[in-house]
Order: sequence, then C-alpha cells, then structure tokens
Amino acid sequence: MSAPLLEVKDLHVYRGEAHVLQGVDLAVRPNRVTALLGRNGAGKTTTLLAVLGLLPGRGTVRFDGEDLLAERTPARVRRGIGYVPEDREVFTALTVEENLRLAARTPEAADRLDMVHELFPDLAARRKQRAGSLSGGQQQMVAIARALLNPNRLLLVDEPTKGLAPVVVRDVVAALEKVAEQTTVLLVEQNLRVAERLATDVVVLDHGTVVHRGDMAELFADTDRASALLGVSAATGPARGPSAGGRS
Amino acid sequence: MSTFVLIVVTSLGLAGLYFLLAAGLSLIFGLMNVLNLAHGAFFGIGGYAAWLTMDRLEVVSSLGLRFLVAVLVAAVVGLVVGALVERLLIARSYDNHLGQILLTIGLGFALVALLGGVFSYDAQPLVQPAWFGQTTELLGARIPNSRLLILAVAVVLLAALLLFLAKTRHGLVIRAGVENRSMVEALGIDVSRSFTLVFALGGLLAAVGGALGAVYFNGISPALGTTQLIFAFIVVVIGGLGSVTGTALSAVVVALTQQLINFYGAPGLGDIAVVGLLAAVLLLRPQGLLGAVAR
Repeated sequence: MSAPLLEVKDLHVYRGEAHVLQGVDLAVRPNRVTALLGRNGAGKTTTLLAVLGLLPGRGTVRFDGEDLLAERTPARVRRGIGYVPEDREVFTALTVEENLRLAARTPEAADRLDMVHELFPDLAARRKQRAGSLSGGQQQMVAIARALLNPNRLLLVDEPTKGLAPVVVRDVVAALEKVAEQTTVLLVEQNLRVAERLATDVVVLDHGTVVHRGDMAELFADTDRASALLGVSAATGPARGPSAGGRS
Repeated sequence: MSTFVLIVVTSLGLAGLYFLLAAGLSLIFGLMNVLNLAHGAFFGIGGYAAWLTMDRLEVVSSLGLRFLVAVLVAAVVGLVVGALVERLLIARSYDNHLGQILLTIGLGFALVALLGGVFSYDAQPLVQPAWFGQTTELLGARIPNSRLLILAVAVVLLAALLLFLAKTRHGLVIRAGVENRSMVEALGIDVSRSFTLVFALGGLLAAVGGALGAVYFNGISPALGTTQLIFAFIVVVIGGLGSVTGTALSAVVVALTQQLINFYGAPGLGDIAVVGLLAAVLLLRPQGLLGAVAR
C-alpha cells in the first residue's frame, strides 16, 4: 500500500471552550477520493480547517511526509493543497475573472484556465460578472475552479453540493469526478449518494474521533453498519439518504 | 449664490483633507481589523515634513516648485513612517485588539508630544506660493486657489488609489482581503505582506493630507491631525469600513453638512450635525454607504 499523502495523527482542536477534535487519526491515500463523513458536529469541517491551518490544532498533520502544523496557512497551501470551502466563500465584490486571477499563484495557472473553462463553460461567459451576483451553483463552480487553477496534489472539498438544485448537483459531481482522475481528494459531503459515487475510501467521525475507516463500497454494502455510523435509516439506505450531518 | 458656491467649494477642499486622512484608516481597518488611533499623528508628521521643506529648502527659489517638493517629501516620510509603525509595532499585536488600541493611542500621544518637543506646540505658519492666496472666479464666487488645489490633489490621489486597487495584484489582494481575509490565505496568499503596504499607503495619504492641511489651516501644530481624526473616523464609518469610494463620498457629505450648517445655522452646530448624521447612518445603514468593499 502506498504511503499516505495526508496523514493526521492525534489531532486535537478547540473552538472556544469546545474540544471539537479529540485525537483524530486519518490517512488520505494518493490518487484516491476519501470521504469524511459523520453527523452534525462530528468535526468534519473542523478537520479540514485544522489541516489548512485556519484553526489551530495540536497533534500531527503530515503532507507528503512533511509536518504542517508549524506552518501558516499560505505556506501549507503552497505545498499543493487546494481548498473548496463550505458555503463557497467566493469574493462577492470581485468579478469571476478577478476571483480566478487572485487564485492563480503558479506559472501553470494560465494553461489550466482553459481546462477550467472547459469544465465550467458558464464561467468563461460570465467572467466580467460580479461573483456576488451569481447563482449558488455558479458560485460553487468559481470555488472549485479556484482550487483547480493550480496543480494541487490534494483538494480539500467541503460539502460541494450543499444547497444546490439537483441539476446543478449533477454538474458539480461530474466536474469533481474529472478532478478526481488527476488529484487526491478529501471530501466532506452530506449528500451520501454523492459521497458514495465519488469516494473510494471513507473515514467516519463521531464526536471528534474517528469511529470507522475503510473502503467506501464495503461500508455502503453493510447497510446496518452504515445506518449505525451515519444515522440514516437502513430502510432508506445510505445511498439515497439526504444527509449525514452539517458543519462542525 | 456666490456665498453658497464659496462654501460648497471650500467644503470640498475640507472633504479632500478628510478623505486623505480617512482613506488609509478605512483600508487599514477593513483589511487588518486594526483601529489605528495614531493615524492623526501621520497627518501631523506630513504637515511638519512639508513645513520643514518649505522653511529650509531655500535652494529651490520657486515657492510653487518648493511646495511640490514639500508634498513629495511628506508623502515619502508618511510612507516610511507607516511601514515602520506596522513592522515594528502593529505586527506584534495582530491577535490582540485591546493591545492594538492601547498601543496606537500611546503612539499617537507620543508622536504628538515628540512633534511638540521638537517644533513647539505653537502653530507654525507655512510659507506658501502667492498663487495659493489668490482667488479664481467660479459661478460668481471668488474661490481661494488653495481650496481648488487641495480638492484637485485629493481627486488625483483618489483616482490613483482606485486604479491601484483595480489594476494591480496587490490591489486585488487588498480588495479580497477586506472581504474575507481567511479565504485569501486559503488560496496561498500571505496577506500579512499586504498589511505593511496598506499601512504605508495610509501613512502616505495622511501625510499628504497633513501637508495640504498646513495650507488649509494656515499652519501646522502637533495635534492638528489628532483633532481632525474624530471627523476622519466619522467619515470612515459613514462611508463603510474598507470602502475607498464610500470614504470619498462620505467625506464630501460630512464636510458639506458641517460647513453649510456652521455657516447657515450657527457656528459649531455643523459639528453636532455631523455626529447626528453618524447616528442616523448607524441606525439606518450600519454597514455604511458602500459597505465593506475596497473599491
């Protein structure tokens, strides 16, 4: 088995008084999509923010064997980590073009812009439009496009389909499938059908600790186990269940 | 009619000073969440840099040319002082808001005391080109040329600042950082490098304001900038934190309100009206005229 691209060991994070992550251990293997699942408040988003350095953490976070915790966020990102945040967080006062120009930090970005426009033709047509005036789906495309402009080795993707219309979800999932062909992805996703379709590996969090890790298909084949871990009805089946939690 | 025109144009000159003092303050707070209570001292330092240049640079015999040099010297001094203050003092307290407030209050007092100690607390009259005291007729009103000059410089600097924000990579980072600093960092951009630049730009604008303020107020005294700082804060809040265009718009509204009511109402009433305007904006539109958008 190949060495993990991202390795998190005994990660503890506090948000105010709350001890949100209580010793998280997980590994993300290269060229795979790992889904990070769990109920509301389990610590999924907190894990991504701590990996990026947007929240302070204690423990070990290694990317390609290098310890990240002593580094500030920009230095971690420049190692090749892209981030698609929950709620998109596009710069609403900037145009689509400016959002992308801001994100472009490597010489390869100019060439990759064509690939981004091929993936999201709408963005090329709307490049002069303020991002704040875009629909939720279009903003999500901007958020994903920003992460794709640079040749990142790992993408942290936080609930990319949250609040999107089904037709837009289809486009976003199709784009992420193409992305996953070239990049390792750590995906937080509340839509289990989407998570099942995209991910090969799964890590399940509960109350700030990892309660399951393994193969995605195996977990979803065991509906009782999936129901117990993710809190969705076994009768419904996790693949059709609407949610496995929200921001935490 | 001519009196009204005179007051309006004079108010626009004052608006130019308010804008120069407030623009940096607004960007600094919008991007860095730092309330720089020492910003008024940058205004004073610029005023004294201009005063010294006008007083000592006798090698340049043309007073007009010497004033141009004086404004440039003030700009450079403001730029350097702003950068030094950020690097040496503010950078150590980014996560400590109370510390920042105490630090900048203390720095403001210390710089005023330093200026007072070096130059005395008496106002020093600025040597000015004769053209500044002459007037230009506009819609029947005789407008002092100095007011037109201040207005013109402020407009040029506003245009330059907007161009910088719109067309440069640094400007793009600042505009994005004002809106969402964490997300800019999550794109791999070290925003703290922009902090020094914004502080230096704020220092430059305030110092140029000080040089022009020495003309407007017929001299410079150590606390001149500090006394104007309260109006600059009002301009920033009304304009919207982080918004340069909002600051410019707000500076015009505040200066017109202040001067027109002072003249047509009663002296001092305009200052109270400005505070009333601030209260109204906070109640009805707390994000200010143009909100937190650096443009």
